[in-house]
Amino acid sequence: MSLLSLAIWTPILFGVVLLALGRDEQAGAVRWLALVGAVVSFLVTLPLYGGFKLDTAAMQFVEKGVWIERFNVNYHLGVDGISLWFVLLTAFINVVVVIAGWEVITRRVNQYMGAFLILSGLMIGVFCALDGMLFYVFFEATLIPMYLIIGIWGGPNKIYAAFKFFLYTLLGSLLMLVALIFLYTKSGGSFDLATWHKLPLSGTAQSLLFFSFFAAFAVKVPMWPVHTWLPDVHVEAPTGGSAVLAAIMLKLGAYGFLRFSMPIAPDASREWAWLIIALSLIAVIYVGLVAMVQRDMKKLVAYSSVAHMGFVTLGFFIFSDIGVSGGIVQMIAHGFVSAAMFLSIGVLYDRVHSREIASYGGVVNTMPKFTAFALLFAMANCGLPGTAGFVGEWMVILGAVKFNFWIGFGAATALIFGAAYTLWMFKRVYLGPVANDHVRALKDINAREFLTLGLLAVPVLYMGIYPKPFTDVMNVSVAELLKHVALSKLN
Amino acid sequence: MIDKASWIAVYPEIVLLVMACVIAMTDLFVKNPRRTSTYVLTLLSLGVVALLNGLYAQGGQTIYAFGNMVVSDSMGNWLKCFATIAVMVTLVYGRPYAADRDMLRGGELFTLAMFSLLGMSVMISGNNFLVIYLGLELLTLSSYALVALRRDNANATEAAMKYFVLGAMASGFLLYGLSMMYGATGSLDVNAVFKAIASGQIKHQVLVFGLVFVVAGLAFKLGVVPFHMWIPDVYHGAPTAVTLLVAGAPKLAAFAIVIRLLVEGFLPLAFDWQQMLAVLAIASLLLGNLAAIAQTNLKRMLAYSTISQMGFVLLGLMAGVVNGNTLSAANAYSSAMFYMVTYVLTTLASFGVILLLAREGFESEEIADFAGLNQRSPLYAGVMAVCMFSLAGIPPMVGFYAKLSVLQALISSGQGVHIALAVFAVMMSLIGAFYYLRVVKVMYFDEPITATTVSAPMDVRAVLSVNGALVLLLGVVPGGLMSLCANAIVQMLKT
Repeated sequence: MSLLSLAIWTPILFGVVLLALGRDEQAGAVRWLALVGAVVSFLVTLPLYGGFKLDTAAMQFVEKGVWIERFNVNYHLGVDGISLWFVLLTAFINVVVVIAGWEVITRRVNQYMGAFLILSGLMIGVFCALDGMLFYVFFEATLIPMYLIIGIWGGPNKIYAAFKFFLYTLLGSLLMLVALIFLYTKSGGSFDLATWHKLPLSGTAQSLLFFSFFAAFAVKVPMWPVHTWLPDVHVEAPTGGSAVLAAIMLKLGAYGFLRFSMPIAPDASREWAWLIIALSLIAVIYVGLVAMVQRDMKKLVAYSSVAHMGFVTLGFFIFSDIGVSGGIVQMIAHGFVSAAMFLSIGVLYDRVHSREIASYGGVVNTMPKFTAFALLFAMANCGLPGTAGFVGEWMVILGAVKFNFWIGFGAATALIFGAAYTLWMFKRVYLGPVANDHVRALKDINAREFLTLGLLAVPVLYMGIYPKPFTDVMNVSVAELLKHVALSKLN
Repeated sequence: MIDKASWIAVYPEIVLLVMACVIAMTDLFVKNPRRTSTYVLTLLSLGVVALLNGLYAQGGQTIYAFGNMVVSDSMGNWLKCFATIAVMVTLVYGRPYAADRDMLRGGELFTLAMFSLLGMSVMISGNNFLVIYLGLELLTLSSYALVALRRDNANATEAAMKYFVLGAMASGFLLYGLSMMYGATGSLDVNAVFKAIASGQIKHQVLVFGLVFVVAGLAFKLGVVPFHMWIPDVYHGAPTAVTLLVAGAPKLAAFAIVIRLLVEGFLPLAFDWQQMLAVLAIASLLLGNLAAIAQTNLKRMLAYSTISQMGFVLLGLMAGVVNGNTLSAANAYSSAMFYMVTYVLTTLASFGVILLLAREGFESEEIADFAGLNQRSPLYAGVMAVCMFSLAGIPPMVGFYAKLSVLQALISSGQGVHIALAVFAVMMSLIGAFYYLRVVKVMYFDEPITATTVSAPMDVRAVLSVNGALVLLLGVVPGGLMSLCANAIVQMLKT
């Protein structure tokens, strides 16, 4: 079995074993098995980075086998510079989430851990799939474990959130399914992505396809105005669920833009770029302002995720090297930072059982170690130079200014808003005198929590100081993608 | 003089008939209140029948027997094989339920099930209007009796009465339509009718007049809007074990007669019946999905869900002939067949769980009865969840591929109307997802009302686990079953 298959199926296999054998009476063994599964799954993705060739835009580690003969669907996997980092990121976040849920989850531990492991395998599948139908199957299948995670371990209003999450995203994907079948017919019976990239299409067909994909991916990203599910879901989801949702699941949508919308419908993409840019700017500025007035920490971070993902889509649709690379870097950085933000909130929530900013104040006095981590992640979230958050945002703004000064200007204001809402929250929660007895009773983070946050702090700093390994990988693939998008496919 | 080949073609039916009689006799001497020996004997005989049908289907020969009265072809044999297995599975799931409800005082459940299966087999093999009708009547008459098996239960007897009245009317419709066709074409033989219509010598109006009645009769049997009224009441009122007998295997037989009559017989009239099917499909998808949302009773919900699922099957059937061109016929009909087979597989497992949870004096058919099932039994909750996701069409369950193949058949016809229909269908399945998800929600997110663990006999547990696993596994590797359906339909169209 080759590397990509291993990366996909190892966590799924561990997850299935956990579901089949785990009992709540042996929760300890279940947790260790889950950790072993997550770590092994992460380790098998490392050779991907080691063996990745930087000088080619072609797909690497390709696997191809017949899957459904009748519809010419192939089990076709491969990664290029665009997808490589997401495979590693997914496997890495999975390890962190398993550790983060260690003693927090006490009910049905095996199902919790199993769901996360299976989810991680499925998401890696999305990033590796080179066949339209295979992509769709992985893309949709991720809904099932996430639905259960939100619904079983979520907060008081979890059922509303679980349904909203499932149905909202399903609505978008079903339209994409029609688009995929349409492409299958148009291309004379092929689900192969590379074939679709070369397929000439009329202007109308491209526009229709573009909007079908848009329905699926914009909901997933989520872009303004279809972002409303995200805050509701984040608030109710358990900490681990929020972390995976923000860190990886949102990226599935943005990744879809790069893999489907842009190369399959390049003319429509260029024609409708103004729309995406406009929506992205609204996300960046307006949603940034919305974030500022939130009282619930999770909601605030959720809105900040929408704003940050706005940067990503903005970067993609200005069609420049630096913009697209910046968008991808921003996706990776946001993966680390948003996971860290949600896990930090989780640390507080586990102790006080409140997400309201007003319930806190002066946490630094009782939890100095934790506050140090929280400060680092807050800085990364507002894009301070030297942290992961800075690199992507800076690249996107640079690209945007080159494209059009006022768009760049609009995007740049987001740095101010981002700093405003993040730092203001930080001030109210962590700084100042001890606000109440709950805060006075707080105990600083234990070794496990230290490990979780530490694991995330390392890449956040590393990426900010030395982003070269990240950008090097994607350069050739991004250039190739842009070359492809620049050519008209009209027939 | 009947030749030997004719007898070979109907071996499985003969075995079935003989064994049904033998079992009816032996059962008289069975004293065991759970009818274990009758049960084992029935399963063994059905196993042999399924095996025979499977072997015939593998062989892939097409035999016309008894002067074109019946046909044994690959499609029919596979459908008979699946129907037999479906009846076997139903009996496995249903026996503890029936025993608890005093339905096993005699062995009628088993013999009637075998006779209804015989009816299905005759329907599937029939190549002549009268033979098909004969099979249909055998099936429905056995079903009426089965629904009424709990004769002291008011719901069941009411359901039986409704089923009988509406079913008789449907048979009347079908018979009337067939006699019109006979009058117009002068033959009862499906192939001869096809030739007569294709010759273009017969007045179109007369044919369409007959066709309307045939389609209405078939629509009754499939249970699509506006001929669906019996479905919710019968599903709800019948003892659950019998509900499954009515809801499972007969769908395969209904599909077979749709193919035999509409495709093999009236294909030259495809333009007309496709329009009728389109209207039926749209109405079924709309009403089935919307009405299912309002249900609190799981059996009723599944009844309305069946209506919408049959709407999907019709969508597959109506994409076969485009502008008089039959190139896409194999594609369209095989997706409909795949849909039907996987639908029956999923229905079996979901009713299996309902039957399992029903105990003596407790029916477990309200959705609320499933609350917290995951905490009581993760395995059965898992099976039910897999079925619900499959019916909702979420990958990687097998139901997704069923929807995929039907949508693909629609879209690849390349017509704007068909693409619009596909979009309509996926929007309806979004609504559908809501009520299927609600079942999952009740099982996984709600707290259980009772803490009792769920226990099941060995045979039920084993079959149910395999059944649930198949819904998932056929989703991971759907290729085999798809090709099987495709080959069967291609062969059927060739002859």
